[in-house]
Amino acid sequence: MVLVLILVFPLVGGAAIAAGRGRPGADRVAWVGVAANGTTLALGIWVAVRVVRSGPLTGAGGVLRADALSAFMVVVVGTIALLASWLGVRTIALELAAGQTSRARATTYAVLVQAFVAAMLLAVLAANVGVLWVAIEATTVVTTFLVGHRRTKGALEASWKYIVICSVGIALAFLGTVLVYLAALHAGGHSAGALDWTSLMAHARRLNPAVLRLGFALLVLGYGTKVGLAPMHSWLPDAHSQAPAPISALMSGVLLTVAFYAILRFKAVVDIALGPGFSRTLLVTVALLSLAVAASLLLTQRDYKRMLAYHSIEHMGLIALGAAAGIPLAIAAVLLHILGHGLAKSVLFLTSGEIMAAEGTSQIDGVRTLLARRPALGGVFGIGLVALLGLPPFSLFSSELLMARAEFEVGLGWAAVVAVVAMVVIFVAVVGHARHMLLGPSTTTEPLAPPPRWVAAPLVGGLVVCGLIGVFAWPLSGLLHAAAHVVTP
Amino acid sequence: MNGPFASTLTLAVGAVLVCAVTMLWLSSVRSVVRVVAAQGIALGLVALILGVHLGDAGLIATALVVLALKGVAIPVFLAKAGGDGGALNRERRPLVNVPASLVASAALIVLAFAASRGVAAFVGTTAGTLVPVGVATLLLGFFVLVTRRRPIFQMVGLLLVDNGIALVAFLCTAGVPFLIELGVSLDVLLGVVVLMVLAQRLRSEFGDVDLDELQELHD
Repeated sequence: MVLVLILVFPLVGGAAIAAGRGRPGADRVAWVGVAANGTTLALGIWVAVRVVRSGPLTGAGGVLRADALSAFMVVVVGTIALLASWLGVRTIALELAAGQTSRARATTYAVLVQAFVAAMLLAVLAANVGVLWVAIEATTVVTTFLVGHRRTKGALEASWKYIVICSVGIALAFLGTVLVYLAALHAGGHSAGALDWTSLMAHARRLNPAVLRLGFALLVLGYGTKVGLAPMHSWLPDAHSQAPAPISALMSGVLLTVAFYAILRFKAVVDIALGPGFSRTLLVTVALLSLAVAASLLLTQRDYKRMLAYHSIEHMGLIALGAAAGIPLAIAAVLLHILGHGLAKSVLFLTSGEIMAAEGTSQIDGVRTLLARRPALGGVFGIGLVALLGLPPFSLFSSELLMARAEFEVGLGWAAVVAVVAMVVIFVAVVGHARHMLLGPSTTTEPLAPPPRWVAAPLVGGLVVCGLIGVFAWPLSGLLHAAAHVVTP
Repeated sequence: MNGPFASTLTLAVGAVLVCAVTMLWLSSVRSVVRVVAAQGIALGLVALILGVHLGDAGLIATALVVLALKGVAIPVFLAKAGGDGGALNRERRPLVNVPASLVASAALIVLAFAASRGVAAFVGTTAGTLVPVGVATLLLGFFVLVTRRRPIFQMVGLLLVDNGIALVAFLCTAGVPFLIELGVSLDVLLGVVVLMVLAQRLRSEFGDVDLDELQELHD
């Protein structure tokens, strides 16, 4: 029941926004979505606590299932959804004030955001790999219009590229799913339950290795397209730079990792059937390729939203490398990294939206001496970058360290060293860009108006949480370990 | 392979591939949409024949959904999206000309048969021997996707990919469970609608362009 409620709350929020359209006070109706996502987060935390204490929950006649991994992902989705819909109220208010959007389009935007959040929640709560596929494909359909929300030429081009490339990717993932289904049917599964995670895990040893290998390669290729792993990443910088800031935050902060969640689940099945070697080779290859692409393109970046987008490709590479290591320590670190990256990256995208609204450009060259002129925005942006670059005390530091340790433990030390080299290049590149944007003496005498408190609060809050979970592992460690054991033998 | 089941099934599966190859040498939207509809119907018939043969009610229901969706609804949408404009909507400069496309399609079909022999043998049924045809349709879809430059033809390429995969699913596993098939069909339908709306916005924003003329975004 509670699992159904988790899905229903965002949708009810969306319906309320749609119903409130055109009525007086329509501005305040947008807060209904924020409240709905906040409720979903609270329910997610409650489910996580219960699952850790007393085992998995099921709901909706067995269609939904929450083990520790699903519960963790619900918490991540809920957290970022709360942040992004909160700042979404601000984004839309600014666009309406500037005449860049109409009331009708503002409503469509808010309703689609709620549908997007619900689709991601369905993906991580699905008991069945078919339902998972339907949910992830639904995110593509829903987000296409959100990417194109601004209706500029760039936004249209980005949304076309996005839906075409991701549709092809997701189609390949479907072919992979069909092959896994074929192997499961031959291993004696019943057609109705053969695609359930629990049944796949139970029958894993009897699945035909050749068919499973082909299927998993297609799944990594297909879902990897949605994760933004190189060489299937080409849609990502365009979509993330053209979408409104809250959408970039949701896409980069959680949608990528929701798609990675699918790979993680299938990897667990494949590792039981084939041993860890096959999935490790595949994941290490795409991970190192992603790191190389991110490092080389970050050096010459001129647009700060694209800079953040390439940074996502780097982090997805790190996550894939951590998953390749595959031991419980590595998976726990991967999950911590998913949460830390989600927090830091969404705060940065949301802040970049504020900067873009204030400065009127997304070019790195166009923004100067931000810390002196706009200390609040510049400060959050700078600290966010510190978190994202993996410096302490933020949680990305601990998760990167733990992933590297796990990689050395399983003999992937060479890959960890390559990753560190790429990270150093990225560090230098990003610090260079950030110095241009943030530092320098103020050119104006009067300080500019800071963003209102209700805008700054969630941004600062996100960074504080990211710092706290870096220092105190306590509230999460039980959940992380339980979740890691779900997908490790 | 003998008997009415095997021969009708082979005929329907063959029709899916013939439609895919036909699309390679068509350049007007109107005729391509007709072939898309024909392929959708052939695909629906594949599911229907299998469903009747296996006595699988879920698969028969799936067949009806496929016939309605891919045989009727999607072609109607496509015809609307590309209907006006007439000659403007022709593929004027495909990256690969028609004779070369046909040679490439022959190569892709051979490749598909070579690559999917293992899976076909593993399935081990009459339907399973036809799996390579589905893979060939998928590869032809990729070919259309990378060589055509009009938005509408890219949509057709995506549909070909999708039909190829659906065909593989029918032949390998008699489709996926019906509820999942419903979700998949809904996603495909919504995806086509979204693509159609986007194609119209592209036209109103950029005028009548080829997709490789879109150069707003780059590093």
